Amino acid sequence: MNHSALSVVDHQRALFADGMMLECGVALPRMEIAYRTYGTLNADRANAILICHALTGDQYVAERHPVTGRGGWWDMVVGPGLPIDTNRYFVICSNVLGGCMGSTGPRSPRDADGVQPWGTDFPPITIRDMVRAQKRLIERLGIDRLFAVVGGSMGGMQVLDWASAYPESVFAAVPIATAPYHSAQNIAFNEVGRQAIFADQDYKAGRYWEDDSIPARGLAVARMVAHITYLSEEALTRKFGRRQRSTDAAAGISSPFSDMFEVESYLRYQGSSFVNRFDANSYLTITRACDYFDLAAEHGDNLSAAFAGSPTRFCLISFSSDWLYPTAESRVVARALNAAAANVSFVEIASDKGHDAFLLDEPDFHRTLAGFLAGCAEHAGLA
Amino acid sequence: MPDASDGNGVRYVAKNMRLDLRLIAEMIPAKTKVLDIGCGDGTLIDHLFRTRGCDARGIEIDMAEVTHAVAHGLPVMQGDADSDLAQYPDGAFDFVVLSRTLQAVERPREVLRQMLRIGRHAVVSFPNFGFWQVRWQLLWSGRMPMTSVWARPWHETPNIHPCTIRDFFVLCHEEGYVVEKWLAVDEAGQRAPWRRFIGLANLFGEQALFQLRKA
Repeated sequence: MNHSALSVVDHQRALFADGMMLECGVALPRMEIAYRTYGTLNADRANAILICHALTGDQYVAERHPVTGRGGWWDMVVGPGLPIDTNRYFVICSNVLGGCMGSTGPRSPRDADGVQPWGTDFPPITIRDMVRAQKRLIERLGIDRLFAVVGGSMGGMQVLDWASAYPESVFAAVPIATAPYHSAQNIAFNEVGRQAIFADQDYKAGRYWEDDSIPARGLAVARMVAHITYLSEEALTRKFGRRQRSTDAAAGISSPFSDMFEVESYLRYQGSSFVNRFDANSYLTITRACDYFDLAAEHGDNLSAAFAGSPTRFCLISFSSDWLYPTAESRVVARALNAAAANVSFVEIASDKGHDAFLLDEPDFHRTLAGFLAGCAEHAGLA
Repeated sequence: MPDASDGNGVRYVAKNMRLDLRLIAEMIPAKTKVLDIGCGDGTLIDHLFRTRGCDARGIEIDMAEVTHAVAHGLPVMQGDADSDLAQYPDGAFDFVVLSRTLQAVERPREVLRQMLRIGRHAVVSFPNFGFWQVRWQLLWSGRMPMTSVWARPWHETPNIHPCTIRDFFVLCHEEGYVVEKWLAVDEAGQRAPWRRFIGLANLFGEQALFQLRKA
C-alpha cells in the first residue's frame, strides 16, 4: 500500500526552533507549522484573515491539493471575488499542530536530525495549543491583529478559542457549525473511530510506521463513521435512498459479505480515499483535542466569562440539519456572548446537507459570510 | 438627555423607512448603544449606525430576515423577545427598542421589565386597539375587527396581546415606569394634534409610541 505521499510533499513551513510549551506540560523542543497564504497583506497589515481548518482539513484551502490532486476544501468560499475575497484580504491557513500535512505532529521527526517519528509518544494536544501555534505563526508573519478568524467545526472551536485567548488580536470572529464544548455524543462517535484504529492489527500499538504499513482498515472505518455524522438522514436519502448497486440485486438478497447498497460503496470510497492522506496517530491526537475542548470549563463553567469585555465582532453560523454541532450549541455561545455584552450576529442557515453544509454550495451561507465580513471591514476602516 | 428631534435643525428622515421607525429614530440620540428587538431586516439599526453613529444591534425571530440583515453587514442575531433578553447584563444598552412587537409576545409585562433592566430607556411602539375604526367595527359588526394594521383573522393573528393607549398607561403606572415621551399617530402618519389628551389619542391614534424609563 502506498502511503509515502504524506512525507514526500514539501510543504511551506515556518520553523520555531525554540519549540513550544504545551498545555499538558510537555515542551515540544522544536515546532514546525505548515501554512499557505493567498492574497496580499496591505501596508497597515490590517487585512489578514486566518482560516482554521476542521478535523481532517489542512492548509490547502483554495488550491490544488498536492497529495490528493483535488481542489481546495474551501474553493467555493476563498478566492478572488468570493466571500473571503483574496483581492481584498490576505488569507492565511495553517495545518494544525498535531496534524499530518507538514506541521509538527505524531508523524514528524522527534528531533531536528532524527528520522525517528514521535508516533504514540507525541504529547496530547489541545485546541488552545493549536491556537497558540497559530499565534506564533501570525507574529512571524508580522501581523499583530487579525481582521478576522474564520473556521467551521473544529476550526470553529479554534475561532472561539482565539477570540477568548487573544481578544485584542481578533477584530471579527466567525465560528461556523461548531460548539463551545464536545458533547457526549461527539466524544462517543470519536471513540468509535479511535477503537476502529486500535482494533486494526496493522496499527501495531501505534508503531505501524516502523515497517511502512498503515492501519488502513481501522482508519477507513473511523472515517466512515465520522462521515455519517457529517451528513443528514435527508442528505443520505436524497443521494442514495435504498438504491442497490449491483444489477442482479433485484433478483433477490445478495451476499451479506459484499456491498449491496449504494450508500455502502460511497462510505467505503470515503474511507479508502482517506487513508492515503491522513496519519492514524494524527487522527487519534486531533480527535482527542476536540474531545478535551470545553471553553466554559476553563472559566469556572461560565462561558460568558471566556468573552468578558470582548471587543470582537462575532458572527455565529449554524445549519438547520447539522446534528453533530446542532444550532442549540451555537445558541449557547450566542447567549454567552450576549451576557458578555459582545457584538454578535447569529444565523441558522436552512439546509438539509447536515454538518458538511459549511463545505458545500450554500448560497445563503456564502452571502451571510460575505456580508458580515464586508460590514466588519467598514467598521474596521478597511478600504 | 438631548432630544434628537428638537434643536439643531439637522433632522434626518429616511424616506423609505416605516413611519414608526422614523419616529423612533428621531428619539434616539447620537453615539448611543441601542438594541432593537424584532428588528426585521435591520432598517432601523442600519439607519442609526449610518446617521447617528450608534452602536446598534438587533434581535429578530424570523430567520430569513436575520439572514438578510447579516448579509448586509448588520449585527443581528436570531432570537426571541420572550426568551433571549434574560441573559443580557443589566444596563447593557442606552436604548432598547421594541417596535410593533409588544402585542405579539407571550409575556409583554416581562418583556418590558427585561427591556428596562438591560437598557436605561425603552422605546415601544404598538398598534392602538382603541383606534376608532377598531371600536366601530366591533360595535357595528359584532366581529373581531380587521383593519390595515389588524389585518389577519382572530385565529391566525400573531397579535395575541392587543392593547390600547390607555391600557399601556395603566401598565406603566402599575410597573412604576416613567413615561418620558409619548405620541400617537393617525393613518396618514401625522403626529396627532390630540397627543396631549389621552382619551382623544386613544380614539384617533392608529399607532402609539412611548419612551419609558424606570422611576
